[in-house]
Amino acid sequence: MMDEGTELSLTIAQIVQRLKGTNLHSQIERQAKECLHRPEIKLESLKDDVRHFLKASGWEKKLQNAVYRELHVQPPPCHPATPPEHTKEPLAYMRKAQASWEKRILKSLNSMCTELGVPLARKRPAIEQKELTNKWNEMGTDEPDLSRFRPVYAPKDFLEVLISLRNPNHDSSEEASSKSYWGLVQVPLQVRDIPQMREAYSELCLTSGQLGIDDLTHVPPDLFESEHIRIGKKVLSEQDSAAAQQYSRQGCPTGLRADLWSLILNSTNSPEDVLHYNQLKAGVIHHDLLVDKLIYKDVKLTASNDDYYFVFEDYLYQVLLCFSRDTAVLDHFSYNSATPPKSYIQGRVGEEEFAVVYPPNGVIPFHGFSMYVAPLCFLYNEPSKLYAVFREMYVRYFFRLHSISSSASGIVSLCLQFERLLQTHLPQLFYHLREIGAQPLRVAFKWMVRAFSGYLSTDQLLLLWDRVLGYDSLEIVAVLAAAVFAFRAENLMEVTSLASAEAVLADLSTLKVMPLIQIFLFATVI
Amino acid sequence: MASKVKWVTDIEKSVLINNFEKRGWTQVTEGEDWNFYWMSIQTIRNVFSVDTGYRLSDEQMVNHFPNHYELTRKDLMIKNIKRYRKEMEKEGSPLAEKDENGKYLYLDFVPVTFMLPADYNLFVEEFRKSPYSTWIMKPCGKAQGKGIFLINKLSQIKKWSRDSRTSTFVAASSGKEAYVISLYIDNPLLIGGKKFDLRLYVLVTTYRPLKCYMYKLGFCRFCTVKYTPSTSELDNMFVHLTNVAIQKHGDDYNHVHGGKWTVSNLRLYLESTRGKEVTSRLFDQIHWIMVQSLKAVAPVMNNDKHCFECYGYDIIIDDKLKPWLIEVNASPSLTSSTANDRILKYNLINDTLNIVTPNGDIPDCRWNRSPPREALGNYQVLYDEEQALSENAERDLRSRSGQSLGSKGTARGGTGPRPTAATWK
Repeated sequence: MMDEGTELSLTIAQIVQRLKGTNLHSQIERQAKECLHRPEIKLESLKDDVRHFLKASGWEKKLQNAVYRELHVQPPPCHPATPPEHTKEPLAYMRKAQASWEKRILKSLNSMCTELGVPLARKRPAIEQKELTNKWNEMGTDEPDLSRFRPVYAPKDFLEVLISLRNPNHDSSEEASSKSYWGLVQVPLQVRDIPQMREAYSELCLTSGQLGIDDLTHVPPDLFESEHIRIGKKVLSEQDSAAAQQYSRQGCPTGLRADLWSLILNSTNSPEDVLHYNQLKAGVIHHDLLVDKLIYKDVKLTASNDDYYFVFEDYLYQVLLCFSRDTAVLDHFSYNSATPPKSYIQGRVGEEEFAVVYPPNGVIPFHGFSMYVAPLCFLYNEPSKLYAVFREMYVRYFFRLHSISSSASGIVSLCLQFERLLQTHLPQLFYHLREIGAQPLRVAFKWMVRAFSGYLSTDQLLLLWDRVLGYDSLEIVAVLAAAVFAFRAENLMEVTSLASAEAVLADLSTLKVMPLIQIFLFATVI
Repeated sequence: MASKVKWVTDIEKSVLINNFEKRGWTQVTEGEDWNFYWMSIQTIRNVFSVDTGYRLSDEQMVNHFPNHYELTRKDLMIKNIKRYRKEMEKEGSPLAEKDENGKYLYLDFVPVTFMLPADYNLFVEEFRKSPYSTWIMKPCGKAQGKGIFLINKLSQIKKWSRDSRTSTFVAASSGKEAYVISLYIDNPLLIGGKKFDLRLYVLVTTYRPLKCYMYKLGFCRFCTVKYTPSTSELDNMFVHLTNVAIQKHGDDYNHVHGGKWTVSNLRLYLESTRGKEVTSRLFDQIHWIMVQSLKAVAPVMNNDKHCFECYGYDIIIDDKLKPWLIEVNASPSLTSSTANDRILKYNLINDTLNIVTPNGDIPDCRWNRSPPREALGNYQVLYDEEQALSENAERDLRSRSGQSLGSKGTARGGTGPRPTAATWK
C-alpha cells in the first residue's frame, strides 16, 4: 500500500510523462514563447503573466481536458515494483484464462488462413490500389465472395469461456456456495448491490430530471428539457470535459450530443487527427489484410441488414479498416488484460525478432464488432471525426466487453452484476427460468457484449451510452439487462423453454431505457 | 344495430382487405350495392365519367377525387402551382413576396419545370442560362420511374422541339409523348454518402374548406448505388432514382430493410449532426409545401362529398436542407416490400379508415369532417381551413390595430403569412 501523497505524486509523474512530447505539449510551449512579445507580459511577473495568458486563451482548459483524459484511461499507479502484467489484470487466474482464450482465437485465425490459402497480409498491386482509392466511398457495392470466411468467434463462444471460469483459491465445490448463486458465472468478484447502486447512480433517481423520461411527458411542457439544453450549451462553451461528463449523467440533448461526447472524450478532431486518419487510409490502400475480409463479412452480416444502420455501411468499412491498422490502439494494452496477438514473418515462426503484432492494432474483430461503430454514425458525418470518437470509445470502454478481466466494467463483472441483480430482485423469475433451462445470461449476454447496440432503437441506445460516458462505466449496461427481464417478467413466467424466453425478449426496439433503469433501481422494493 | 359496411376493391392488397375484414365489413362485387370502394385511378375515371358514371348515394364513399390528376399529374401540378403563385401575386398576398433575384420567398418549392413539347422555347431559353446543368425528363402520365431519363445537352431532346407549328396534340399522335422537364436537384443531401428521397403521406377529406392530415410515419428511400453527380453516370438510373420499383432491379437491393429508413431516423440523424433548429425548420418547410400544393389545386378540384384521398408526396432535400416537391401520387403503392413496410401500410390504411369512416359505420358523405383528436392515430392535423379562418377572424377582432404581416424570413412568427393555428404546429 502507498500513502496518498506518494500515490498522487506518482500519478502526476505518470501523466507528465504521458503528455510530454505530445502535440498539445509543443503547442502550449509555442504559445508560451510567442506570448512573450505581448505587451501585457512583464518580465518581473513573467511566470504569472504567462500562466494568465494560457488560461485566458483557453490553453489551460485544453491541458485540463488532456489530464482528465489520462486520468480516465490510465489505471491508478501501483507500487513501482509491480510487474506490468499485474497492471493489466491483478488476478492470476483471469490472466491465465485470457491468455488461453487468445491462443484459441489466434489458432482459429491461423487455421482459416492455411485452410483458405490466404496470406495474413499482402501488398496490393498498383492497379488494385488505384481501384480501391476510387471506390473508397462505396466499398459496400463490392461483392467479393466471402462464403468461405467465417467470423473468428461469436459472443456465445465467448460466453462458454466465461462460464467455465473458476478461481482456484475459492472452494466452489462446496454445496452451499454453488447453490446460493443460481447464475452461470461462478467467480467471486465484488459487485454492487442495490443500495450501493442507488448511491453511485444518484443522479438517476426519481426526483432528478432525466432526458429520456422528462422530455417525453408534456406536463409541464418541456420544463426540464429547455433548462437542460440551456445548461448543455453553457457546458459546451466552457469546453470542460469534466463538466460535460457530469452533465451527460442526465442525458445529452440530441442536438448537442455529438459535441458533448467529443468533449467528454477529449476527441478534438484537430488537423493532426485528420492527418492520422488519412495515413491510416493510405495504409488500407497499400496493404490487404485477412482481417479486412472479416470486417467486410461482419458488416454484411450485421449493419447492412439493420433497419437503422444500413445507410452507413460504407462509413463502417472506412472506420473499421483504418482501425485495424492503427498502432496507436496498442497503447491500451497497458491496461487491457488482453495482449495483442503476434504473428511471424513467413518461414520464421517462433523467432521473437520476426514477430509482428497482427492485426497492427492488436484487435481481432468478432461477429458483431461493427455494431460498436454503427450508432456513432448518427452523430458524426465526417469520417475522421467519427473515427477519432470511435477509437476513444473503444480504448475506454468497448475493449472491456470482450476481454476477460476483473474490472468493474469488464464483461465478467457485468455478467455477475446482471445475475446478482436479477436473483435479488426477481428470485422467482430467475428460479423459473433456470428450472426450464433458460438461464437468463444466455439471453442477455449478446446484449451486453455489444452494449445493446443493434438491439435498442438508436435514440434509446444513445441515451444509454450518455450514461456510460457520464458514469465512466459500463455497469449501467448490466442494470438495463436486468431491468428488461423485470419489465417482461410476467410474460417470462409463462414460458417453458429457452426458445420461448428468447422470443419474448427478441424485440427490444420499443423499449424506453431510462424509465426501465429508473424504476428498476429506485422504485422497486427490495 | 347498425348494418355492416359493404366494401369493394379493385386493388387486391392484403393491407386493404385485412383492414376491411377487421372491421367486420362485408365484401360485395362492384355490380352490387356498395358503401365503400377503394379503387384504382382507372376505375375512378369511369365512376365519374359523363357516359358511364353513376350517381353516388349519401352512403357511398370512394378513395379518390374525380379530378385528382390536377395534383397528381406532373404537368398539371406544375401548371396549378404556377397559376396559384400568379394569383397570390395579383392579390398582393405576402405569400408571393420575392427576393432580390426574383425568386419567390415562400412559394419556390418545385424545381424549375417546363412542359414538353408545349414550352420547348421557354425551356431552351432557361437552358441557355445555365448550360452545364442537368435536367430530368419525365413522361406526364406515368409513375414508378417509368420513362424517366436525364439530359445535359439540348440535342438529347430534339424530338420534343417545336418544329413548324406542331401542337401538343400532334406531338402526342406522332409518338412524342408529353413530358415535363425539370431542373435536376444536383446537390441532394447525402446520408452515408447515399442519395434518398422522402415518401410522406397526406390525407385530404375536403378541399373546400381544405382539411388535410399528415402521416407521421413516412420514410426515406435510399439509392443502393453511391451518388456521383458526374455526367458519366447519367445513364445509371439506380444512382438517380429512388423509387423502390426501380431500385428493386438493382443488384444490391436488400430485402430486410428494402433501402427504407424511417422519418424518425432522419430526424435523429439531422438533429444530431446539424442541430435542432435547422431540423425543425426543415420539417416545418415540408409541411408548408404540402399545404401550399393543396391550396394551389383546391380551387380547381371537384370537391365531391363522396371523396377523400390519401396522397403519396415525394420530396427531395438538398444539401442546404431545403425541401423540394418532386411529385404527388394518387395511389401510393400498397405493396409491402419488407415486414416493417407491411406494418406501416397496414397502419396507414387503418388510420385513414378511422378518420373517413368514423367508428367503422356506414359512411355518410354529409359527415362534418372533424374527427376527434383521439381518432387521428398516426395522423396529425396539417391544415384545417375552417378552424384557421375562425381563429384568424378572432385574432383580427382582437388586433384591429392593423398589425403588419410578418417580416421576411420570419414566417414562423405568430403573425407571419403562414397559418399558425389549426395546423401541424
